Amino acid sequence: MTRALPVLTVLAAIILVWYLAAIGMNAQWAQDQAARAGTTLTTGQLIADTLSQDRPVLPAPHQVAAGLWDGIFGQAITSKRSLVYHAGVTLSATMAGFAIGSLAGILLAVGIVHDRTMDQSVMPWAVASQTVPILAIAPMVIVVLASIGVTGLLPKAVISAWLSFFPVLVGMVAGLRQPDAMQLDLMRSWNASRSQSFWRLRLPSSMPYLFASLKVAVAAALVGTIVGELPAGATSGLGARLLSGSYYGQTVQIWSALFMAAALAAGLVVLIGLIERITLKRMGLAR
Amino acid sequence: MSALPILAVWLGAWGLNAFLARLNTRLTRILVPLIFGTTLLLLWEMIVRAYAVPSVILPAPSQIWAAFMANIPLLWGDFVQTILKGALSGWLIGALAAIATAIAIDRSPFLQRGLLPIGNFVAALPIIGIAPILVMWFGFDWQSKAAVVVVMVFFPILVNMVAGLAATDALQRDLMATWSAGYWQSLVKMRLPAAMPFLFNGLKITTTLALIGAIVAEFFGSPTRGMGFRISTAVGQLDLPLVWAEILVAAIAGSLFYGIVSLIESRVTFWHPSQRR
Repeated sequence: MTRALPVLTVLAAIILVWYLAAIGMNAQWAQDQAARAGTTLTTGQLIADTLSQDRPVLPAPHQVAAGLWDGIFGQAITSKRSLVYHAGVTLSATMAGFAIGSLAGILLAVGIVHDRTMDQSVMPWAVASQTVPILAIAPMVIVVLASIGVTGLLPKAVISAWLSFFPVLVGMVAGLRQPDAMQLDLMRSWNASRSQSFWRLRLPSSMPYLFASLKVAVAAALVGTIVGELPAGATSGLGARLLSGSYYGQTVQIWSALFMAAALAAGLVVLIGLIERITLKRMGLAR
Repeated sequence: MSALPILAVWLGAWGLNAFLARLNTRLTRILVPLIFGTTLLLLWEMIVRAYAVPSVILPAPSQIWAAFMANIPLLWGDFVQTILKGALSGWLIGALAAIATAIAIDRSPFLQRGLLPIGNFVAALPIIGIAPILVMWFGFDWQSKAAVVVVMVFFPILVNMVAGLAATDALQRDLMATWSAGYWQSLVKMRLPAAMPFLFNGLKITTTLALIGAIVAEFFGSPTRGMGFRISTAVGQLDLPLVWAEILVAAIAGSLFYGIVSLIESRVTFWHPSQRR
């Protein structure tokens, strides 16, 4: 409870600032409309107008909430106007990419930890690959894969896999190297084979690191999917909603898609946190 | 048939690397990744030539390099527009704002408790989604890209800086108190220096975020230059070598940006254990 009050206070302050900003930023348009109609607005009318425009510069919180409600519960789930449908499209590509990316990251980390040649050759380039703003390639990946006949879920999954691969790789390398010389010597004194000391010592002790990086990776995978949906052609998914909203000036649509994406990201991170808690508790590693 | 030389090059380079890696001297530690990278480029070139992969799907490194050399003025213009104007100015503004906010909320434990969970939460969100909104607000030119970058880098730096300001222990703070140092004195002479390793951690994380933000924001509207603009139009014209040349620029810029920040870090935090050799 000592944390709930400050967080709620800050949230309330944010919503208050948001309302004030919405009034300020939408006032210009409202006054222009009134001047064109030859009327003047009282302060009350002005505020009421700024908070209920169709295409506001900044939609008020309750408009976004209404947009979200309509998008989630107001439509059939299969409808193209349903946010649940678009979130589902995005989520499936995210999960596919996340699975591919984290599996690749784990496998590469196992190789790096066990083979010095791989460590010295691959690791510097894995680090260097992250200085490339990979999202910039997203449109190209989509177009290239489409030109060889691969469309739909896979191109987006490739991008999110690339983004989620690196955090997992780094975390797993650190995690698999976590056992110190004493523990490794103990395994050796028990005459444990390499695979035995991997399965019974290295892998279990890397779990906290793995989960910490999975949380980062799943958020990154979602960003990758959304950016992958931006290039022309994608008509479904939250990224496509953002883009079409920005083309047609539908600000409420942009904000609802944005909040849906945020909720999705938060949900995924919480879910992994939950799996982490259960796993670590069963392994006796819970703090 | 054409697979044989490719396999031979790959196995040969791998064997050489395996041999060098066993020596494990300072020279081989530099040589091994270099050989690995060169091998990748070589294999890429050989595969593209041997199987006649159309440049629409994957241009060869030599084609990319040719496109790079042929378009240097164009690429330089895009670099200035996107990296220098959009990413760098946004990154600086965002970092300064985050540092100032961190110092401001440092005095209020109540605000810290309220803001930090929200900051951590926001840092994990797909913030890139605000790009269309900010492009609408700030126009198509670089100002909107800088605004996207400001929002993207703000929270990671804030969270790191707040952790950094809390990094001094009670003993150190008591020592400052026994010297009757005031708030500002202990802030400038003890806590800001102590926060530097944390701050630079945040700054380094956000270098790539800044580039990504500036480039992706251009997909939502941009003037007729900029790296994101060039990538999306060149993809439309299937001019893939030019796209890859832009990616090469982005990679070089990203590495340089990261390298410069790391260099400043090693100068500023020379006293920190992580900088010891």
